[in-house]
Amino acid sequence: MLEIKNLHARIAEDETEILRGIDLKVNAGEVHAIMGPNGSGKSTLSYILAGKDDYEVTEGEILFNGENLLDMEPDERAAAGLFLAFQYPLEIPGVATMEFLKTAMNAQRKARGEEALSIPEFMKRVKEQAADLNVSMDMLKRPLNVGFSGGEKKRSEILQMSLLEPKLCVLDETDSGLDIDALRIVSEGVNKLRSPERAMIVITHYQRLLDHIVPDVVHVLSKGRIVKTGGKELALELEKNGYADYIDAAA
Amino acid sequence: MNANAPIQKTQAESDLLSRFETTRAELPGSVTVTALREAALGQIRDRGLPHRRVEEYKYSDLRAFMKSAAPLAAATDLAATKAVVESAETFGDLDRYRVVVANGVFQPELSDVDQLLAEGVSVFSFADTLDDADASQMLKTPKTGPEDGVVALNTAFVRGGVVIAVKSGVEVSKPIELVQVATSAGAQAVRNAVTLGEGAKLHLLETFVGDTGAGELNTVFDYNVSDKASLAATRLMTGKTEAARLFTSIATLGAEAEFKSLGFIAGPRFTRNQQFVNFAGENSEANIYGVSMAGGEDLADQTLIVDHAVPHCNSREFFKTVLDGRAKGVYQGRINVAPHAQKTDGEMMTQALLLSEDAEMANKPELEIFADDVICAHGATSGQIDEDLLFYLRARGIPEDEAKTLLVLAFLSEAIEEYDEEDVTEGLETRVRDWLASH
Ligand SMILES: Nc1ncnc2c1ncn2[C@@H]1O[C@H](COP(=O)(O)OP(=O)(O)OP(=O)(O)O)[C@@H](O)[C@H]1O
Ligand SMILES: [Mg+2]
Repeated sequence: MLEIKNLHARIAEDETEILRGIDLKVNAGEVHAIMGPNGSGKSTLSYILAGKDDYEVTEGEILFNGENLLDMEPDERAAAGLFLAFQYPLEIPGVATMEFLKTAMNAQRKARGEEALSIPEFMKRVKEQAADLNVSMDMLKRPLNVGFSGGEKKRSEILQMSLLEPKLCVLDETDSGLDIDALRIVSEGVNKLRSPERAMIVITHYQRLLDHIVPDVVHVLSKGRIVKTGGKELALELEKNGYADYIDAAA
Repeated sequence: MNANAPIQKTQAESDLLSRFETTRAELPGSVTVTALREAALGQIRDRGLPHRRVEEYKYSDLRAFMKSAAPLAAATDLAATKAVVESAETFGDLDRYRVVVANGVFQPELSDVDQLLAEGVSVFSFADTLDDADASQMLKTPKTGPEDGVVALNTAFVRGGVVIAVKSGVEVSKPIELVQVATSAGAQAVRNAVTLGEGAKLHLLETFVGDTGAGELNTVFDYNVSDKASLAATRLMTGKTEAARLFTSIATLGAEAEFKSLGFIAGPRFTRNQQFVNFAGENSEANIYGVSMAGGEDLADQTLIVDHAVPHCNSREFFKTVLDGRAKGVYQGRINVAPHAQKTDGEMMTQALLLSEDAEMANKPELEIFADDVICAHGATSGQIDEDLLFYLRARGIPEDEAKTLLVLAFLSEAIEEYDEEDVTEGLETRVRDWLASH
């Protein structure tokens, strides 16, 4: 599904190097967790996957289902099945949530050569998924994410993900800001999407999320490198001992 | 500069003087009107067309823009007018009355005169009113500021237009579209008077269709909103054209009256939309909105003077401008508050979105306050498309152009939604999309 080879990247503006040689292979059906200290480059990696042009790849490559991901525009990547749930979802005043969902779904369908959804079909899908994620009709009537609480924004991200049915889901700290019930609802939403054809990269600071979304592999990212890879028990160990062992090992 | 100093005439100014000589005999009006026309032409002769050293035209130099002045458009026939009106796409299927003015002349046969009369609205020729002895009443000039060159140009050449008078207490059941038509090339000078009796209510749609060729279009709207009456005026200034489009509103509001307007500019090479709003009675409200889209070398000018002459009135001005290419946007807004106009609430905001590096916005909000117990504020912003928002939309699969359209629409919609005339919301948003698609 995804293959990252020796990825080096820096901030385009001031040339600060953030990623220093990342190798990561994610197969269809797998869930990979990425943990690591603040500022280690987790969000940067997710942005580079999604195609944000604040970053410049200086070395390495990324293959997404055999295609060179770095050659694709952000919207092409989305249509090809990549979805990033943002750590900080943006508010877009003046863009109605429903209008946005319809535009996004139909743009992706068009890019894949599929028919646009009929209005009733679209409404049916939104209503179903929104009910599962406890997203109210009132929220859907508002401009996109405007005035949403932190937790509501995260649920809005997962709603978008459920509707867009991506092949690779990248979740950047989707658990932060969620209360206990919301964490369960969101995790159920994510688990529902788990399938042999789909892969996930879950970025988190907390073992708690991984109790709900059980990963196949856990990676530790430190200073722009993956310094440790293990099974789900690695997350438990990190929860107990912190990152000290691995950060030192990387230095 | 000394406004009375003799100036070297431009080609357009010479053309205007000879246009007057050749057409004066066929222009309507009593002796009084002829005298007003001559005085107005004298103003053009002495001061020239409005130019950049006249404060109000600092950013919109009509004198430099008009290379020549075409003759007035000739009178038109019914069949030609009908064809243009029927091919026009102004507000789609919207259920509305229609009143037609073609090449400056009211067309009763193409207007819903009888249905409107049945509702309590009389519609008749503006030109006919100019024959009366007190016709000078009809050729109003703005109370505020010095004699305006565009209004003078209109007075000198006005051929006609329409009077729409709504009886006291009548709430017109659907919007009236005043369609101004050009069936042949040539300049047009049109005046329309819209009068609302006490407690009357109307939504007026003002549209223009057809091609004036090289001739300027100069239309003055005179709104009289009596006590407790409510007028909304949606003005479309659209269509690709190389000639100047000049629009003036002179609004006089009684007590407890409501006036709303939205001026939508998209397409013409040179548009000036100037509005003079005068509060003559207390406890009234004026909400003035503007949406301008300009690309290429276009100039879109929204100018506004709101005169709070009496206490306890509220005004809100909210203007949005989107610029691309080397286009220029202008917003000049002035709120005057007279010394005794206490408890005035005035709020003015102008925001511009620049889609290119070479586009330019001139924002000039001004407050002139001579009373002490007032709340007045103004703000002006200019910015680019937010790259982070654009990325967020693209990351969801929306291609760049479509994502930009969504963001521009979101930006402009704020004014369209606040204007809050549901009959036209969708039509206006479609026009925004069309403009973006053609750029
Ligand atoms: N656009 C940018 N401009 C400047 N600095 C940036 C930019 N993006 C990232 N950085 C810097 O790069 C480093 C990595 O940031 P990143 O957001 O990827 O960390 P993270 O691992 O996601 O941290 P957290 O756990 O706090 O979310 C940080 O030092 C951050 O300040
Ligand atoms: Mg982060």
